[in-house]
Amino acid sequence: MDTTHSSPRGADGAEPVLQQHFDATIARDQRIEPRDWMPEGYRKTLVRQIAQHAHSEIIGMQPEGEWITRAPSLRRKAILFAKVQDEAGHGLYLYSAAETLGADRADLTERLIEGRQKYSSIFNYPTLSFADVGVIGWFVDGAAICNQVPLCRSSYGPYARAMVRICKEESFHQRQGYELLMTMMRGTEAQREMVRDAVNRWWWPSLMMFGPPDDASPNSAQSMAWKIKRHSNDELRQRFVDMTVPQAEKLGVTLPDPELRWNEERGHHDFGTPDWDELMRVIKGDGPCNAQRMERRRTAHEEGAWVRAAASAHAAKQAARAEKGAVA
Amino acid sequence: MVLSHRLGEWAGHAPVLEEELALANIALDLLGQARVLLSMVGDEDELAYLREERAFRNLQLVEQPNGDFAHTIARQLYFSAHQYLLYGELASGDGPFAPLAGKAVKETAYHRDHAEQWTLRLGDGTDESRARMQRAVDALWRHTGEMFQPVEGLDVDWPGLEAAWLERIGEVLRRATLTVPEGPRTGAWAAGAGRQGLHTESFGRMLAEMQHLHRSHPGATW
Repeated sequence: MDTTHSSPRGADGAEPVLQQHFDATIARDQRIEPRDWMPEGYRKTLVRQIAQHAHSEIIGMQPEGEWITRAPSLRRKAILFAKVQDEAGHGLYLYSAAETLGADRADLTERLIEGRQKYSSIFNYPTLSFADVGVIGWFVDGAAICNQVPLCRSSYGPYARAMVRICKEESFHQRQGYELLMTMMRGTEAQREMVRDAVNRWWWPSLMMFGPPDDASPNSAQSMAWKIKRHSNDELRQRFVDMTVPQAEKLGVTLPDPELRWNEERGHHDFGTPDWDELMRVIKGDGPCNAQRMERRRTAHEEGAWVRAAASAHAAKQAARAEKGAVA
Repeated sequence: MVLSHRLGEWAGHAPVLEEELALANIALDLLGQARVLLSMVGDEDELAYLREERAFRNLQLVEQPNGDFAHTIARQLYFSAHQYLLYGELASGDGPFAPLAGKAVKETAYHRDHAEQWTLRLGDGTDESRARMQRAVDALWRHTGEMFQPVEGLDVDWPGLEAAWLERIGEVLRRATLTVPEGPRTGAWAAGAGRQGLHTESFGRMLAEMQHLHRSHPGATW
């Protein structure tokens, strides 16, 4: 356990005032800001969560980026370009939010490339047809919205504010994805078959996006006490199912779960159990595309090294010239 | 449209996150311009997805493969400087392209700025980046003459455009500590070849990828 960065004064009560102030701020549902004192555990958890979130946006560009060059109409191509561009933008917001906690973007990128930090399990699944692009919009962005809307009230200010901007764009993407599927369902039988196949392949991985079940999610309780997270994994998963079932009916597709049915008593849908072993394998690096996604990110980073070096060298030369000019 | 497609191949491969954004942004502008132009002639998707290689009239310059980042930037530099001048001239006239050109010239000013800034960074950066940038401007030079072959129906002062382009490019390359290439600016066998539907080899493969899904489902709506 690394203790060098922890804040013993706050933790051992030598500066209980700071801790009390922090606790009171959280209790009043007010925001913690970058200059405020915060427990080291809170800082670390946030850096981990925000970085993971940023990495997900960046890796998430890949499965959809696969289809930019094959988009079947110019309108869909424009939509995909805009979406991938938004994702890069979300990555930037989130890295900035992480940097307010003292993290460094270059270092976080290294951690991602070395596999020391994770990204969302969902992006380790392949996009095999154009319907996957629509299903990613509908399920994956839909699940992201369920996760992220409550984060707009997260206790850490910069994170919460980033989420407000991101959620607006995500819900736009979700509608566009659903609209693509609607168009395809009204199209040819081959198009409808593509949609059904994509729904079947993405449903369970989408449910796994919310993380392990509550009784196997050790960090959740602390994150909820700190109001970093506002709802448990299972609550959010339930919310996603309840939101998605009527949309599937309207679209005319069947979700691949024989146990899925409305439960009048609970006022929610009952549904089957995701394959948690599969989730664990994917998180540990053994999903269908883990190696490919990481390799692609690593290659882009390594092949871009000379470009970044050139930009730094040029900036240094410009600064030196400016200084020389100022002295003269 | 063709250049926009080439830029799309960069998605997820750019050297920094900011460039993922910039390249997608430029591609999106170019695609928007292409859609307006194609719609002026007919159905945009029919024109994009159902024409064969020989029926495409794009410049050979824009179909050139991305290569390394310097190659992509050199292609952007040459093309955006040309587009900026051409749209500027069209926007000031009252021809059918004036409204499109008026909007596009603003977007293109940003594209040109982006390409020029990177030309300076790479040219006046490290030894390696200068060597790569020089190789790129040299390699693409032979496709630049084509941009100034008169196009039927466009009332443009082509020699004037070419002179202004050469001046601008020369100035940027010199500021970037690069040498202005001296070789011929058109291929020996076909000046203006792209405009006549004569393309380079990689273009067919690019179209195969671009058109595959659309062609596999004739008549489908997306």
